Amino acid sequence: MLSIKNLTASINGTLVLKGIDLEIKAGEIHAIMGPNGSGKSTLGKVLAGHPAYEVTGGEVLFEGRDLFSLAADERARAGLFMGFQHPIEVPGVSNASFLRLAYNKKAEAEGRDELDPLEFDDFIHEKIKLVAMREEFLDRSLNEGFSGGEKKRNEILQMAVLEPKLAILDELDSGLDIDALRVLGDAVNRLQRADRALLIITHFPRILETIQPHHVHVLSGGRILKSAGKELALELEERGYDWVLEASAAGGAR
Amino acid sequence: MSSTFNVVTSQEYKYGFVTDIEADSAAPGLSEDTIRFISAKKGEPDWLLEFRLKAYRHWLTMAEPDWAKVDYTRPDFQAIVYYSAPKQKTPKYASMDEVDPELKRTFEKLGVPISEQAALAGVAVDVVFDSVSVTTTYKEKLATVGIIFCSFSEAVREHPELIKRYLGSVVPSSDNFYAALNSAVFTDGSFVFIPKGVTCPMDLSTYFRINNKDSGQFERTLIVAEEGASVSYLEGCTAPQFDTNQLHAAVVELVALDRASIKYSTVQNWYAGDKNGLGGIYNFVTKRGLCKGVASRISWTQVETGSAITWKYPSCILLGDDSIGEFYSVALTNHKQQADTGTKMVHIGRNTKSTIISKGISAGDSSNSYRGLVKVQPKAEGARNFSQCDSMLIGQACSASTFPYIEVQNRSARVEHEATTSKIGEEQLFYFQQRGIPTEEAISMIINGFCKDVFRELPMEFAVEATKLLSLKLEGSVG
Repeated sequence: MLSIKNLTASINGTLVLKGIDLEIKAGEIHAIMGPNGSGKSTLGKVLAGHPAYEVTGGEVLFEGRDLFSLAADERARAGLFMGFQHPIEVPGVSNASFLRLAYNKKAEAEGRDELDPLEFDDFIHEKIKLVAMREEFLDRSLNEGFSGGEKKRNEILQMAVLEPKLAILDELDSGLDIDALRVLGDAVNRLQRADRALLIITHFPRILETIQPHHVHVLSGGRILKSAGKELALELEERGYDWVLEASAAGGAR
Repeated sequence: MSSTFNVVTSQEYKYGFVTDIEADSAAPGLSEDTIRFISAKKGEPDWLLEFRLKAYRHWLTMAEPDWAKVDYTRPDFQAIVYYSAPKQKTPKYASMDEVDPELKRTFEKLGVPISEQAALAGVAVDVVFDSVSVTTTYKEKLATVGIIFCSFSEAVREHPELIKRYLGSVVPSSDNFYAALNSAVFTDGSFVFIPKGVTCPMDLSTYFRINNKDSGQFERTLIVAEEGASVSYLEGCTAPQFDTNQLHAAVVELVALDRASIKYSTVQNWYAGDKNGLGGIYNFVTKRGLCKGVASRISWTQVETGSAITWKYPSCILLGDDSIGEFYSVALTNHKQQADTGTKMVHIGRNTKSTIISKGISAGDSSNSYRGLVKVQPKAEGARNFSQCDSMLIGQACSASTFPYIEVQNRSARVEHEATTSKIGEEQLFYFQQRGIPTEEAISMIINGFCKDVFRELPMEFAVEATKLLSLKLEGSVG
């Protein structure tokens, strides 16, 4: 589904991704872990098309298409979703109308029928159950005055509405308490299917107890230092990141 | 990062065409003779000519105001044509059939219904073309409940006692430079009179069109609502696209007696000049409402999108106890446009209340200022004001300023002022794009959200038009 080859990217002239290789197949769940400032979030933003980053080298294929030939909104309509670490607030724009516009843009791109406000109302009331969101949040302004946890809930609601092929979830666990984390983790699991894939970006292994990855990658200094199965997450929980970094440094010296 | 913002061209102004019609015009220039010419053309009584001449003589002693944050070449008042009317056989159209077909086509193109058959259900329209009113729809129907809705010239002929009583009673002819000029040379406009206890059954509307390249437009609007009466009035305006500037200096006076209510809405779409700032209307307008009676209410709602320069402060004098003044405004500037707009709320009566909601949107190289005065006089026991002034910036080269003036002379008054400045930035747009929403639609959605508190005050059709207009004006602003 997603094939990343020797990807390099910079922001304001500083190289922040220094050669990433990653293969994600349909049905798989991958976790990218790493210390703060390692470039984890950058990878997500580069894939989603954030305008501040410049791709300086490498290639990314999304379902066989050159990802970088698509504008950010085209990538989204093609099925690439990013759950934001810090979702923005938009006063005056109701959550429901934002969700409906996003839904209809994707439906239009896929040649499906768009939903009018009444049809969408039925549709969205089913979806909010999945993330246990209270109805009143639909009428409120997009993320305005939402707590950190409510914003994350809203991100997963958007994921449920858009049903992406590939969802990149950036620090879903930040700002969430244990119960909310479980609810949202379960929701993400229920959205996962054989023809979809997930890329979980996280600093803490805790979320990976609910959303169990097939592959775990440690990213630091703009490179993937180690890749293994889900047992790597447990090891990181016990031992932290330093040993991976040290081993990598020693390997580099050899 | 700034490279992602770049101002491209905006949607072409679609009302920029000129109607080729023979005009009956005065020679350019202003003198007592010009004023006598206008007054004679309109067959006015002596007292009105005197009103004009007095205003003119006072105007000669005044200086053009220079305190607003706008920068422009001062108009040459001797180069302006002060009277221009489409030529017609009879002095007054007896029926729509006599209206020049070219003129009818013009208003069809503008989407203004000037025949009642084609009229929007429930809106009566007075149509003003350069210096004269072309037609007023639904006049007879309104007359059955005692409502007077006609052109200003007709009101002078048919209802001189009302005009004499109210003209200049809210905006004195010596009020300011442009009000004095208007008082001297005004040509036409609308008059509305809602008698005691009557709720106007339909929205009343005036549509102003400047057509002549060298003419200024100086219209006069007077709306009087007697005890317990209420009316909703809409004003729309467009002008052709010329590369010279035309002057528009109107005066609008509203009078609300006991428990009367006047709601005045404007969607202003005069030609704004091209993207390099060439041409466009100078919009120097004095609008003021007098809440004369107890518990009377005047509400201004404006959506200002056009004009090269806007200088406009629709105000309320809250004289009656328990009277209410409201000002809801969206001012959008793009390219080289400059706007200095806001309101004045003057609390004189007891327990008077005012609300100010102002939303300024600046894009391109434009400059957008809110300037507002809240004044509480010594006897205004229990007066309250709430002001909210929000600015939104699009791109790097525009500017937004807020100049609130608060003068409180009564200790029991409560005055609140809130202001915010936000920016449609990369992060916001990226969020929308990441959900599959293209940039233009994202901007339109964000802007409409920003303006929601004002748009909900507009009558339905106007709200739809305003939403479209803003999107159109911002097309290509963020790339």
